[in-house]
Amino acid sequence: MGRYVVRRLLQMIPVFIGATLLIFLMVNVMGDPIAGLCGERECDPATAARLEQEFGLDKPVWQQYLTYMGNLFTGDFGTAFNGQEVTELMATAFPVTIRLTLIAILFEIVIGVALGVVTGLRRGRPVDTGVLLLTLVVISVPTFVTGLLLQLLLGVKWGWIRPSVSSEAPFDELILPGLVLASVSLAYVTRLTRTSIAENRRSDYVRTAIAKGLPRRRVVVRHLLRNSLIPVVTFIGADIGFLMGGAIVTERIFNIHGVGYQLYQGILRQNTQTVVGFVTVLVLVFLVANLVVDLLYAVLDPRIRYV
Amino acid sequence: MRTTTHARWAVCAMALALATAGCGGGGDSGDSEAVLSASWGDPQNPLEPSNTNEVQGGKVLDMIFRGLKRYDPETGEAKDMLAESIETDDSQNFTITVKDGWTFSNGEKVTAQSFVDAWNYGASLRNNQRNAYFFGYIEGYDQVHPEEGEQTADTMSGLKVTGDRTFTVKLTQKFSTFPDTLGYAAFAPLPRAFFDDHDAWVKKPVGNGPYLVDSYTRGSQMALRKWDDYPGDDKAENGGVDLKVYTDNNTAYTDLLAGNLDLVDDVPAAQLKNVKNDLGDRYLNTPAGIIQTLAFPFYDPAWNTEDAKKVRQGLSMAIDRKQITDTIFQKTRTPATDWTSPVLGEDGGFQDGLCGEFCEFKPDEAKKLIDEAGGLPGGKVTITFNADTGSHREWVNAVCNSINNALDNERACTANPVGTFADFRNQITDRKMTGPFRAGWQMDYPLIQNFLQPLYYTNASSNDGKWSNQEFDDLVNRANQETDTAKAVDVFQQAEEVVRDNMAAIPLWYQNGSAGWSDRLSNVKLNPFSVPVYNEIKVS
Repeated sequence: MGRYVVRRLLQMIPVFIGATLLIFLMVNVMGDPIAGLCGERECDPATAARLEQEFGLDKPVWQQYLTYMGNLFTGDFGTAFNGQEVTELMATAFPVTIRLTLIAILFEIVIGVALGVVTGLRRGRPVDTGVLLLTLVVISVPTFVTGLLLQLLLGVKWGWIRPSVSSEAPFDELILPGLVLASVSLAYVTRLTRTSIAENRRSDYVRTAIAKGLPRRRVVVRHLLRNSLIPVVTFIGADIGFLMGGAIVTERIFNIHGVGYQLYQGILRQNTQTVVGFVTVLVLVFLVANLVVDLLYAVLDPRIRYV
Repeated sequence: MRTTTHARWAVCAMALALATAGCGGGGDSGDSEAVLSASWGDPQNPLEPSNTNEVQGGKVLDMIFRGLKRYDPETGEAKDMLAESIETDDSQNFTITVKDGWTFSNGEKVTAQSFVDAWNYGASLRNNQRNAYFFGYIEGYDQVHPEEGEQTADTMSGLKVTGDRTFTVKLTQKFSTFPDTLGYAAFAPLPRAFFDDHDAWVKKPVGNGPYLVDSYTRGSQMALRKWDDYPGDDKAENGGVDLKVYTDNNTAYTDLLAGNLDLVDDVPAAQLKNVKNDLGDRYLNTPAGIIQTLAFPFYDPAWNTEDAKKVRQGLSMAIDRKQITDTIFQKTRTPATDWTSPVLGEDGGFQDGLCGEFCEFKPDEAKKLIDEAGGLPGGKVTITFNADTGSHREWVNAVCNSINNALDNERACTANPVGTFADFRNQITDRKMTGPFRAGWQMDYPLIQNFLQPLYYTNASSNDGKWSNQEFDDLVNRANQETDTAKAVDVFQQAEEVVRDNMAAIPLWYQNGSAGWSDRLSNVKLNPFSVPVYNEIKVS
């Protein structure tokens, strides 16, 4: 197990370098960001040259990349155009997004898996058809529609919640955005769990467990659910990365100053340092989440062993 | 969550009650201690006066700084603020006297030195200030800010402190309206704290305006509070302003409707249809000093011919401005009939209808003109614009449709979106445009000079199309030397006529500023820069 983890960690290094290099090149292809800093006028050449020097843009790309990576290992993520350190931006953005992701994942696990188990055990009954239809609707309606609609109904028409999240973004204000963010994945989790449960319900070990006279609750939770969770865990693990980086739409709708918002603004302003910095961290999150998922397989299914 | 909202309201109400009781009832029209919240966007550059060139940072500077002049929020006229007098005999050498009794909010006196230091800082190449070129007329600028190479001086030789409250300015050329440009934020005075501990200052700016910065969390919120000892006569009539950064102006608008926000100064285009229903008379839509035009690449030989002039005039007549401003912008923009802005007023140089028939919608004559000129260069035009902000895509498509209909050719005009503003500016700077492109101009100060010189003078900083015309340049030079304002305006208008006769750019429409507010507020106004006049807002 230990060796397996070490091997996986070592594999992350080339993935990490490749991913950051790709992002670095992509942001660079967008062109010279300095021109956008002077409004509707040409930057005077002297100031433009000074700014390029300050942000290290006067050097060839490969040199910029090497300098950037070198700084990265000393914990220096560079400076955004407004003079703020990227690490400072991260320190404010990541906690907010992590809270949002936690809530979203919680919704996925609690509601998604519960609905999946219920519908999987009652296949073909009205409750199953109802939930299936509901998930179909949720999957087919884009997030920004659900988000704006719920915001308008709950926030403005009925006044149950604040339509926007304050800059501190405490957990209670993030419940609705978390639900909106989770909605599509939640529907998928429900469907995945349902299919998996329905399939395994007819398997030999479940029949054996029932024949042994085990209580129904134990059969469902320990035998049926545990064996059915592997595809679900894979999905949720991959989803963590998506939720953290892909919350751009939800964050904009609910005024959440998180990772998605910083990325969006960084791209608009062509701020290499911000974009590469944030994406680098997201790549790391993705890699770690995948590793954890792989390790969880062994927990769920003792037949899987890592050496 | 509902309870938290209510609890917050209760606390607010109690604080209000206590405050009013404390000051003996308060006024009937407004509570001078109450704080309002307003929408904000994250400033693009560090918050220094000579480094701020967009509206969001400008809002803050307008609250925490007062310069030698201030533009009247209603008329736009430049009035003396900290200036006791600005004297000149020759429109080139100015003697400026600063009023007595002004201090920064940290207690330091505002002296002539405060101005000279600030201007030298802004001009110095070493400080990377985006607005450095504002000091370009001052003698010695090319030593502190050479076009290339290292600077050879730290201070401009044209600035001399001659007393505690007086200093002289020597310009490199005659510039009669120079005193009127001094209301621009870049000319604000700076306290010693700015130079001594710059990092701390940028984290929490200190100025001499009616508000002081109470707390500033970058990227999310700035709390400004009324400065009780403010010496000016435009004291804040409310207790302060909380500026909140919104990720999207739609969200800010929703928050206003839900009662969580008091003031929105940028009503999103998508909501314009509903705004009357939602807010009733708590909505304002007034002209701002912004004009949108279509510029042309005069470096491209195809566009720099006598025939191409006719094509430009024809294109201008093919655009149905009224229909576009009515339907796409819901009358928040007005069809342009000259190259300035209505906020200048007739005396300031705005002349309704100066463009004449070339800015009227005459599809038949448009087609005739373009046919006479041998058709569009290359058979078609593409309009380039940046698609990331504003509702540029909508109006460019509409303009193209209008042109296509007039020319009876489905493929005469196409839109060419560019992903980001920076890339768009880049292509302009690199002279890569092949056809008309979006050009917007927001004035720096309300003078006709600012609508003409930076945009059409040979090699001026915002002359994106690189248009060059000797007659125009001569007229602008003459106007700048004219000491009498009315005569200067007159000569500028003659210069504007040269722009018209050559159709150097197609004027599209004047842009309005808009604001919506909650029922707690009254006396909300927008200044000609489309920034709310925060200090006059009353909160009840």
